[in-house]
Amino acid sequence: MASADARDGDGRRASLLYDPSVRAYAYQALTVLVVGWLIWQAWSNAAENLARANMTAGFGFLSGRAGFDLGQALMAYSSDSTFARALTVGLLNTLLVGVLGIITATIVGLLIGIGRLSKNWLIARLCTIYVELFRNIPPLLVIFFWYKGVLSILPDFRAIRAGVEQAKAADPSVGDPLFIISNRGISFPAPIFQPGFGAVWIALAAAVLGAIGFTLWANKVQAATGKRPPALLVSVALIVLLPLAVFFAAGQPIAFDYPVLGRFNLSGGGLISPEFLSLYLALSLYTASFIAEIVRAGIRGVPSGQFEACSALGVRSDRAMRLVILPQAMRIIIPPLTSQYLNLIKNSSLAVAAGYPDLVQVGNTILNQSGRAIEVIAIWMIVYVTISLVTSVFMNWFNARMALRER
Amino acid sequence: MANRILAVLIGAAVMGIGAQASAGTLEDVKAKGFLQCGVNANLSGFGSQDSSGQFAGLDIDLCKAVAAAVFGDATKVKFTPLSAKDRFPALQSGEIDMLARNTTWTASRDSQLGFDFRAVNYYDGQGFMVRKELNVKSALELSGAAVCVQTGTTTELNLADYFKSHNLQYNPVVFEKQEEVDAAYNAGRCDVYTTDQSGLYSIRLSLSNPDDHVILPEIISKEPLGPAVRQGDSKWFDVVSFSHYAMVAAEEFGITQANVEEMKKSPNPDIKRFLGEEQGSTIGADFGLSKDWAVNIIKAVGNYGEAFERNVGQGSPLKIKRGLNALWNQGGLQYAPPIR
Repeated sequence: MASADARDGDGRRASLLYDPSVRAYAYQALTVLVVGWLIWQAWSNAAENLARANMTAGFGFLSGRAGFDLGQALMAYSSDSTFARALTVGLLNTLLVGVLGIITATIVGLLIGIGRLSKNWLIARLCTIYVELFRNIPPLLVIFFWYKGVLSILPDFRAIRAGVEQAKAADPSVGDPLFIISNRGISFPAPIFQPGFGAVWIALAAAVLGAIGFTLWANKVQAATGKRPPALLVSVALIVLLPLAVFFAAGQPIAFDYPVLGRFNLSGGGLISPEFLSLYLALSLYTASFIAEIVRAGIRGVPSGQFEACSALGVRSDRAMRLVILPQAMRIIIPPLTSQYLNLIKNSSLAVAAGYPDLVQVGNTILNQSGRAIEVIAIWMIVYVTISLVTSVFMNWFNARMALRER
Repeated sequence: MANRILAVLIGAAVMGIGAQASAGTLEDVKAKGFLQCGVNANLSGFGSQDSSGQFAGLDIDLCKAVAAAVFGDATKVKFTPLSAKDRFPALQSGEIDMLARNTTWTASRDSQLGFDFRAVNYYDGQGFMVRKELNVKSALELSGAAVCVQTGTTTELNLADYFKSHNLQYNPVVFEKQEEVDAAYNAGRCDVYTTDQSGLYSIRLSLSNPDDHVILPEIISKEPLGPAVRQGDSKWFDVVSFSHYAMVAAEEFGITQANVEEMKKSPNPDIKRFLGEEQGSTIGADFGLSKDWAVNIIKAVGNYGEAFERNVGQGSPLKIKRGLNALWNQGGLQYAPPIR
């Protein structure tokens, strides 16, 4: 009697009411109906309320003129651009701080996590203090701390300008400084690539490919003979020297846009704004404290026999960590690491506290100027979900690659 | 997870259903027994809280005037402090009954956002404040400056238009809250602070050294500030608008907080009608208010001139001159329709 359909003892078909598969379908259909009804209710309510408040709805407003300026734009933008373009600028700013923050947080977190396991008493304690400090403060406060901190520590722009003016008056040959760190941000000479610079990029790409090829060859040689050619040294030399040689051969095709001290502000050159700096530092250092704990847990999760075996074979401890322990620890580290990356991206929406024009801040401004609250919030949600899902997919792929493969 | 989504959806649906039950704002306000007024909490002279938590300012007085007109009691008002960004959703959602938060009346806010504006309780214009040591005499010298501005304001748009039309460069430093803009300007993050000129006078006083800052002469925009209500409720709209006009009319008639009882005996038929002393007059009742609604307003906050001087004029630290806000027969723009 291993049959799936419900029959009673006499072999007759039982009432549909007692058929498990029918009941399962019925429950699911009911759930779909209830959820569908609720969505419809919410939607029609919103539409009705909007109509009653004499408000228009729809995404047509996105093609309207924005009318406001933004402090930082990675693409051409002016007040004549559309709302849609303003949102794109905000999205790019979000991605910029998210990507740079993830890279920095990973490096800092890895170092701190390994540092906490150090046998050096001082390093281990310092790393513990770092983790406990940043992990236990809400991210918004960390951002406030960095913004107020960055603004109050950095020297006043006008004082710098007065100093430079004085130096110029004393010695006319003195020019404007190349790098200026002030409460207006960090300014630096921005490179302008001349037409011949393309060859340098090509050389760089060739050097990277060459380095990869050499490393693969080195792996093969090592597998065959047990002796490893100096792959790292050759790769670094290739990547540094080849583009450099092409650069000089092409006649240094690069110019710089130098920062100029204006009456009020700096003009020209590149500028890292204090808003970006504080948000980036806050997000990186905050998330790094969580990543450090994940790394420590990952390393602790590798059986100590692995390390002892390395010691017994005479492998130096730094090599043991790099070649034996970390690769195994990665399998434990990656899944929770993904959550931290997602957290960092989502926390970047707190940018509004530091005045950084990210997606949420630009959206806020649009929401205000156009009054399209529902539409703007829908765009926010869709964009954040998309970014987070893409990050997840990438991390899952990475995890699958790093997972233990049975041979 | 599914449960959570369900809960949110149920919440959304229930909220929507709840918001549907509304006859008219005047009836709603009367039924709940107090007026919910959206205000600024950080702009001294217009809407701010003193050390004991009491609200004061020109916009606050307008809220009190409406409460006095509806209930005969100016204390029956609750204030909701709102940021520039939150003020419109708060009014749209019905969280507040009226918005009196130094809000500029513009065509798009009147049409697209679904609000109604009519009374203007302060005629303002956008200006610039800079540090004295910069030695700037005109806004046209400001090219290259970093400008602090609050997001979600008409100020932000005027700023972009002004600098663009004069071919000037600038670097906007934008914050959501006025306190954040104040702090950034104070910390030297930007050279220029721009907002409505009345706001600049008020903010200058809150800076560590008010005398180190000057307000430039240029006014780059028209900013008629006034109360807003939701569109489509003209009865309530009339009550709010005429609460302001009653204050203006009182000033024109020379009726003050001190002499209002005395003025009831005035032989002037206009004044008698205004104060509800005319036989058979139904002005108050037609608004859905009591006969002595205007008397209650004047008793609560005085006439427009008194409220102005007390909050932003000579009786206040701001010492703003009447200027555009003088009565129409004294060279200003404040003009009340005849109350008859």
